[in-house]
Amino acid sequence: MITRSLTLKLLSAFLIFGAWEISSRAGINYAFPTFLESMSALFDMTVSGLIFKAYAETLKPLVVGVLISTFIGVGIGVWVGLSEKFDWLVSPIFIIMQSAPLAALIPLIIMAYGIGLTSKTFVVCIMAMPVIVLNTSCAVKNTPSSLIEMSRSFLASEREVILKIIIPSASPVIFAGLRLGVSAGFIGAILAELKITPTGVGDIISYSRMTADYPSMYAAIFSIIVLAVIFLNVLERIEKYLFAGNDKGYIS
Amino acid sequence: MNSNQNAVSVKGIYKNYGDVEALRDMTLDFPKGQLTSLLGPSGCGKTTLLKIIAGLLPATKGEVYVNDQLVTTPGPDRAFVFQDFALMPWASVIRNVAFGLELRNVNKSEREDIAKKYINQVGLGGFENSFPHELSGGMRQRVGLARALSVDSPVLLMDEPFSAVDEQTRRKFQEDLLDLVKNENKTFIFVTHSIEEAVYVSDQIAILLPRPSRVSEIIRPSGFRNKDADSIRKDSEYLDTVEGIWKSLRSYVE
Repeated sequence: MITRSLTLKLLSAFLIFGAWEISSRAGINYAFPTFLESMSALFDMTVSGLIFKAYAETLKPLVVGVLISTFIGVGIGVWVGLSEKFDWLVSPIFIIMQSAPLAALIPLIIMAYGIGLTSKTFVVCIMAMPVIVLNTSCAVKNTPSSLIEMSRSFLASEREVILKIIIPSASPVIFAGLRLGVSAGFIGAILAELKITPTGVGDIISYSRMTADYPSMYAAIFSIIVLAVIFLNVLERIEKYLFAGNDKGYIS
Repeated sequence: MNSNQNAVSVKGIYKNYGDVEALRDMTLDFPKGQLTSLLGPSGCGKTTLLKIIAGLLPATKGEVYVNDQLVTTPGPDRAFVFQDFALMPWASVIRNVAFGLELRNVNKSEREDIAKKYINQVGLGGFENSFPHELSGGMRQRVGLARALSVDSPVLLMDEPFSAVDEQTRRKFQEDLLDLVKNENKTFIFVTHSIEEAVYVSDQIAILLPRPSRVSEIIRPSGFRNKDADSIRKDSEYLDTVEGIWKSLRSYVE
């Protein structure tokens, strides 16, 4: 059954891709291939297996970086939310990290960590971690005090208050932070491949740009966007599965 | 009154918030198996006193005894019903009701059996797997009540439990509460700002006056306690008691 919302989503995609196709055919720029050319380049890359090899490279720093940022980020965020002293100690670091122009820091990172996987993972973490930490700490600070009192009055230990009340209660905002963090991580992964050493999808983008193979370049960019969207949707499914009913917020 | 007839006694409780004196030398006994109301205008410290009894707030000075045991922290002998229900929005009705037992490490099938029994008792049978946002305000407070009943504490602390539900539901709740006091052998401490509600449900009413908070008067309505729920509201002693309390409180209401 095709639902109304699916119809609208398909219509929206059709409008965007149609506009892409038309504006490209209108000849805005010779470096702007049509939608169909890009898709056929993507198809060729898929058949030759090039795109899979590229993602095997790109996903390494991305997945490692996102996992590190998620676990350490949520952990630090909960701690910052619980302890005012730790908040003063740690929050400024992440606020600076969030506002620092990352591209300008990359030469420093290369000097410190070389041009390998470490540097690229580090770039992903710098992009993803601040928003995860700041969202988590903010959500933890805003736990409804009456839920905490409730758990205390029913004899929850400090550990149970954190695990059974504070974290589930903060989870919608934590997940919002994870979604932002993951999309920032995608930016970081591609940025690292363009600025440090060309590997994976970043290699396809820079190589096809140098050889003026614009359809391939756009195909690679398109594929990374699709992957990011799929990733975010999976994250949303996980959240719905873990905390059903929580998206309605605190009610009284 | 002999101390072992009291389920809860507070002795010389002081509570200061910085320079503000919220409670001064509060001494009060709560007889076993009865419902005692803490009644007073807002700011008179009734919720503060209830939270000190619950062990959720530390007293600046003074002692709280539950069944002759000195208490300073929450314990299995007291269960709390919250004004804003304090339900976990991510948990189903049955998990919310069983939460007190979950924290006491009762195994899952056993605690769900107990929870089901109390869900039925408060009239929410069939809603076990609903989420709080799917229930009306009155039903949410029934969940809160079932949660407090399911841990089977001898003392039930209720912080304005009916103030956030509509008037019709509130009347029904008050009638149900009378049955509960009669049938369960528990001691109820009930905070309210409604004079009618306090007189209707209480065996003993402690009237608190503000700034600094103190017990001004203890009233024990007795004449209509054994009448049925419907005729209490028409009873002349009920009406006189309500009128009398209003006269003594009106000068404190600005």
